Amino acid sequence: MLLAVLALLAAAAYANMQRGLRALGLELGFDFLRVEAGFDIAEGPAYSPGDTYARAFWVGVVNTLRVTAVGLVGATVVGVVVGVTRLSSNWLVRSLAAVYVEVVRNVPLLLQLLFWYGAVFLQLPPVRQSITWLGVIHVTQRGIYLPRLVWQDGRPLWEVPVLQGFNFRGGVHLSPEFAALVLGLVIYTGAFIAEVVRGAVQSVPRGQWEAAEALGLGHLQTLRLVVVPQALRIIVPPLTNQYLNLAKNSSLAVAIGFPDLFSVGHTILNQTGQSIPVFVMIMATYLSMSLVTSALMNLYNRRVRLVER
Amino acid sequence: MRWLGRAVLLQVVVLVVAAAAYAGTLDRVVQRGRLVCGVNGGLPGFGYLEPDGTWSGFDVDYCRAIAAAVLGDPDAVEFVALTAAQRLPALQTGEVDVLLRNTTFTLLRDTDNRLNFAPPIFYDGQGFMVHRATGVVELEDLAGASICVQTGTTTELNLADAMRAHGIPYTPVVFEEIDTTYNAYEQGRCDAVTSDRSQLAARRSVLRNPDDHVILEATISKEPLAPVVAHGDDQWYDIVKWVVYATFFAEEIEITSGNVDAWMTTDNPEVRRLLGLEGGMGRALGLRDDWAVQVIKGVGNYGEIYDRNLTPLGLPRGLNRPYTQGGLLYAMPFR
Repeated sequence: MLLAVLALLAAAAYANMQRGLRALGLELGFDFLRVEAGFDIAEGPAYSPGDTYARAFWVGVVNTLRVTAVGLVGATVVGVVVGVTRLSSNWLVRSLAAVYVEVVRNVPLLLQLLFWYGAVFLQLPPVRQSITWLGVIHVTQRGIYLPRLVWQDGRPLWEVPVLQGFNFRGGVHLSPEFAALVLGLVIYTGAFIAEVVRGAVQSVPRGQWEAAEALGLGHLQTLRLVVVPQALRIIVPPLTNQYLNLAKNSSLAVAIGFPDLFSVGHTILNQTGQSIPVFVMIMATYLSMSLVTSALMNLYNRRVRLVER
Repeated sequence: MRWLGRAVLLQVVVLVVAAAAYAGTLDRVVQRGRLVCGVNGGLPGFGYLEPDGTWSGFDVDYCRAIAAAVLGDPDAVEFVALTAAQRLPALQTGEVDVLLRNTTFTLLRDTDNRLNFAPPIFYDGQGFMVHRATGVVELEDLAGASICVQTGTTTELNLADAMRAHGIPYTPVVFEEIDTTYNAYEQGRCDAVTSDRSQLAARRSVLRNPDDHVILEATISKEPLAPVVAHGDDQWYDIVKWVVYATFFAEEIEITSGNVDAWMTTDNPEVRRLLGLEGGMGRALGLRDDWAVQVIKGVGNYGEIYDRNLTPLGLPRGLNRPYTQGGLLYAMPFR
């Protein structure tokens, strides 16, 4: 009965949407994806304004995946290190970790991103007064420039960034937008992962530590061989949540000018007026990313969980 | 995330009220007792929320002019600050009655986006502002430069077009908010920022050291900025259109907010029709016969509106003069 009412409501809403959209001239269709985009995108896979909207969207997807991948690795490292540090016997180290976790967890991510971008990266020296290490690594408000290993005539060769015109050329360039976004996501998500790690390690009964020590294992050995395998079972499900949050939070990139999936999608929406199809595409992409992440983490969860005989 | 909330809200509105949105804008405005006008909130001279909470600007005054014509009260306006990206959906969904937000009149917006443009009230062109220290003089000097630009604008497309046409490589840095855009430029993230020349002049006036920034001579596009209404309500479109013409015509024959009362005794038949003394022009529009008098008393003629808002920015009138003085402003006959 309830289902029937819901289905009826859904059908009415859909019919109304179709009628409304026709009145507005907003047809539900994806033909616009084949039209030339006409706008430029600063970073990501090869793309020019002459390419299609579909290609532009793809650039946004790749940029999001790039941020997410680097962010996941970074946040995991930060989270594990800080989580273990919070259990350290050294008061100073333990307190520093606690302060980091409490401060970062309680300030909205958007504020943190604007802070990293506006108050940190944009305040770095201009291009011509860059901070330089060893003559090959340059840090400026235009981003970070690193040497890159390239293959030339079958031999590896270091390509070094050189100041040319307005900017450095060559090497690897991390834009301040990318750097601020990744750093913000890593530091924010890292604090949550630290709490997950701490909670999991603390949940391993004290007796396990004592038993391991009684067998003559050192502190690190105990951690690696006895405690971590048991803690992992508890870590994985909440960790998956944090991974999903990081991927979704990357959409805040639009606030600091990084051309991610949401930002590029938004531009396409503005230029074409095709709000419904573009929103569907954006949602479908985030949904698939989340489902794939969940599936992989579930596989891993199956491997580490307690096997009862 | 105001814009996000608004975007979601707009989607919902599209779905729910799309079909009902257009019925009789004039009736809706009169019933409500005030005009809902979409403007820019952060562009001094055009649409700006002053620190004391009042609205000022050229576009803002045109909102007041429409309110004066329709409701007899230039203050019966509710201003809605919209980002470049929000403005067209806000109009399409009926969230605002009319849009006066330095919006460029283009073919696709006129047709595909189902909008109607009143006559342009400001003829502009897209330009570039650079840090004086870069020594950039012309477009070609910008090869390899980072250029800040706002998303959801014709600006973003013109930039890509012009640079492609001239074969100039560049890096766009694209922002959603106007304040973020100019802040990033001022901090040095970009070598140049591109937008309509009027906007550049307006924003330069609020930079920390306006003299450190130069607006280049190069103009890469035509940007006729015009009031916009949604398709499907001809009467409402006519009203907005003729309010604009009334301000042009008043300047042409030198009727001002100061001397309009003295003109009420004129014998000039066209002026008598403008002022509602004969001809029934008001009834034809669905307004009171003294609608144009209310506009002129409320905000003045085009020249007065310009002088109040744009002259302080140092923007020369250029094309924005009456055709009798070599400009492009030309009111259709009041007949």
